Amino acid sequence: MDKSINQKQKFGTPRKGALVEVQNLKQYFPISDGFFKTKYVKAVDDVSFYIDKGETLGLVGESGCGKTTTGRSLLRLYEPTDGRILYNGVDITHVEMMPYRRKMQIVFQDPYASLNPRMTVGDIVGEAIDIHKLAGSQKERSDKIISMLERVGLNSEHANRFPHEFSGGQRQRIGIARALAVDPEFIVCDEPISALDVSIQAQVVNMFEKLQEEMGLTYLFIAHDLSVVKHISNRIGVMYLGKLVELADSYELVFNSVHPYTRSLISAIPIPDPKTSRINKRIILEGDVPSPLNPPSGCRFRTRCPYADELCASEEPKFREVGSRHFSACHHLDKVK
Amino acid sequence: MMSNILLDIKNLKLSFFTPAGEVKAINDVSIQMEEGDVLGIVGESGSGKSVTSYSIMGLTAFPGRIVSGTIDFNGHRINDMTEAELRAIRGNEVSIIFQDPMTSLNPVYTIGNQIREVILLHTDMDKRKAYERSVELLNLVGINEPEKRLKQYPHELSGGMRQRVMIAIALACEPKLLIADEPTTALDVTIQAQIMELMTELKNKINMSIILITHDLGIVSSMCQKIVVMYAGKVVESGTIDDIFYNPKHEYTKGLLRSIPKLQAKEHEKLIPIEGTPVDMLNPPAGCPFAPRCEKCMKICLREMPKYTKLSDVHHCACWLLQKEAFEESKKSEASKATGAAEVSGGGDN
Repeated sequence: MDKSINQKQKFGTPRKGALVEVQNLKQYFPISDGFFKTKYVKAVDDVSFYIDKGETLGLVGESGCGKTTTGRSLLRLYEPTDGRILYNGVDITHVEMMPYRRKMQIVFQDPYASLNPRMTVGDIVGEAIDIHKLAGSQKERSDKIISMLERVGLNSEHANRFPHEFSGGQRQRIGIARALAVDPEFIVCDEPISALDVSIQAQVVNMFEKLQEEMGLTYLFIAHDLSVVKHISNRIGVMYLGKLVELADSYELVFNSVHPYTRSLISAIPIPDPKTSRINKRIILEGDVPSPLNPPSGCRFRTRCPYADELCASEEPKFREVGSRHFSACHHLDKVK
Repeated sequence: MMSNILLDIKNLKLSFFTPAGEVKAINDVSIQMEEGDVLGIVGESGSGKSVTSYSIMGLTAFPGRIVSGTIDFNGHRINDMTEAELRAIRGNEVSIIFQDPMTSLNPVYTIGNQIREVILLHTDMDKRKAYERSVELLNLVGINEPEKRLKQYPHELSGGMRQRVMIAIALACEPKLLIADEPTTALDVTIQAQIMELMTELKNKINMSIILITHDLGIVSSMCQKIVVMYAGKVVESGTIDDIFYNPKHEYTKGLLRSIPKLQAKEHEKLIPIEGTPVDMLNPPAGCPFAPRCEKCMKICLREMPKYTKLSDVHHCACWLLQKEAFEESKKSEASKATGAAEVSGGGDN
């Protein structure tokens, strides 16, 4: 009883209309450090966001910033250390996930590693149908599998083949068909195109958009390529070392970013246009991303930030609203040019 | 202005003889490079861009073999060189940075050891001088506390740091040509920006030529002067950076440019992908390798490989469409000459 009251006080009120909401999510991974001492990698540290129905939220950041972990914790593929996950307003942080697995699916990054090489494509797609008992008869099952394959641009004869017979782009389509097989509402797309060739990436991105239109899907789209994320997302969140540093509508984020990290991230992206890149002056960040085992005190970006001062070292900036639907965590927003 | 030709690859054919059949990884490729050029080779995986550049160092792996054609680099005919002769120019006149800095350094030797090895092998410096040179090199590539780093092992460094060490090793003997094989693909964007800045800076400092192999058109556009676009073991288009970006002629090049989302676009643009799948190199199509995916494919495309059309001194493209255009244009200009019309189509002022 006490606990539930605490829970209510601890977290904010859920947003109406949000399909997925994450409140103060923390995901720590223990690593042993000699006897008795346990250190924690704070992969995700106090991250909150929501995704409305039918919306796509993009999550960008460099490797090790916790974007993939966020996606996985959200699906409870990891048990979150702290925080709350709401699905359609229902707290699913500690419930049996089986009924929700049908509604929440994931497409993995590596199409070569995420398909079982010993199963036929039909069985890979059909496995989820079997587990959730979505087909009454063999015929219904195979019809479902074929319709899923057709939906992602493959055809019925592909069902009897094995993953190694397909190219990277086609494999990613199989991974998407598998996610779609249970008729989900929400899909976490974890770098679904970064392993693909440039000419194939556009095919898969367009397919994600088409499927969203047809099936009313909601996406969490995780990637490190901001150009692609901007293309597909309604809103974008930028992560750095386990923290969300900026969150805004996609165009707002790309053209009116306020956080120094977002700015340098955008300016570091090479522009495929020689005339612009000749005049474009890059902000080059010094140094590397610090280890998440020993993150800097205060603002985690301060070791690479050109605006950092004592305040940044002593106090962690709050993630606050700085414009309409635009959030950022920085002490010196007024100084950032 | 006449510059010196540094690298001249002529009609190179290189095949891998696998149990499943012959894979023509490079099929009749010609590339020329002048001293001081930064040449970008763009293509998808399996297009032969890496194999081409490795062949310049004589690094063709078994079961690969050069079938015909020649590679001339800085006065050496690479095809005819023995392994010992090749060893003398590798690392000395031409060196390479590999894609993955995590695996291209030896984990059981210190950084210092690995840099010194190159210097001792190729110059007559003694150990003390080699050490001084190593410190100098690490300074050059922007690594702090070089004396300390020299004693460290690769696992103690971050990815960007390791790539800097790789660059230091590659530059140890001030090569004439540096081959960078996707040098930033494994790195994060902010680190990628650092490495690209470093390479541009070093190029100007020690005046070397660079071959940059990548699939990222953004990187190419900010670093290179000339681009070679490869598809399925063939050069489909080559030209200056402006030719390729603003006046692409080959359907594959056009498709590539259309299919990448642009960060600077102010509104939602529809991406136009190149349909179809990459070529199966074991059973390549008879004619133009891009024909099965090409929207404007004609009958002749499936039968025969088009010849190169010379659009300017440096802009070349292999596409039947251009041949037809060229044919019609030549007819037109002949007709206008015959009637004595004064108007001649422009474009001869290159």
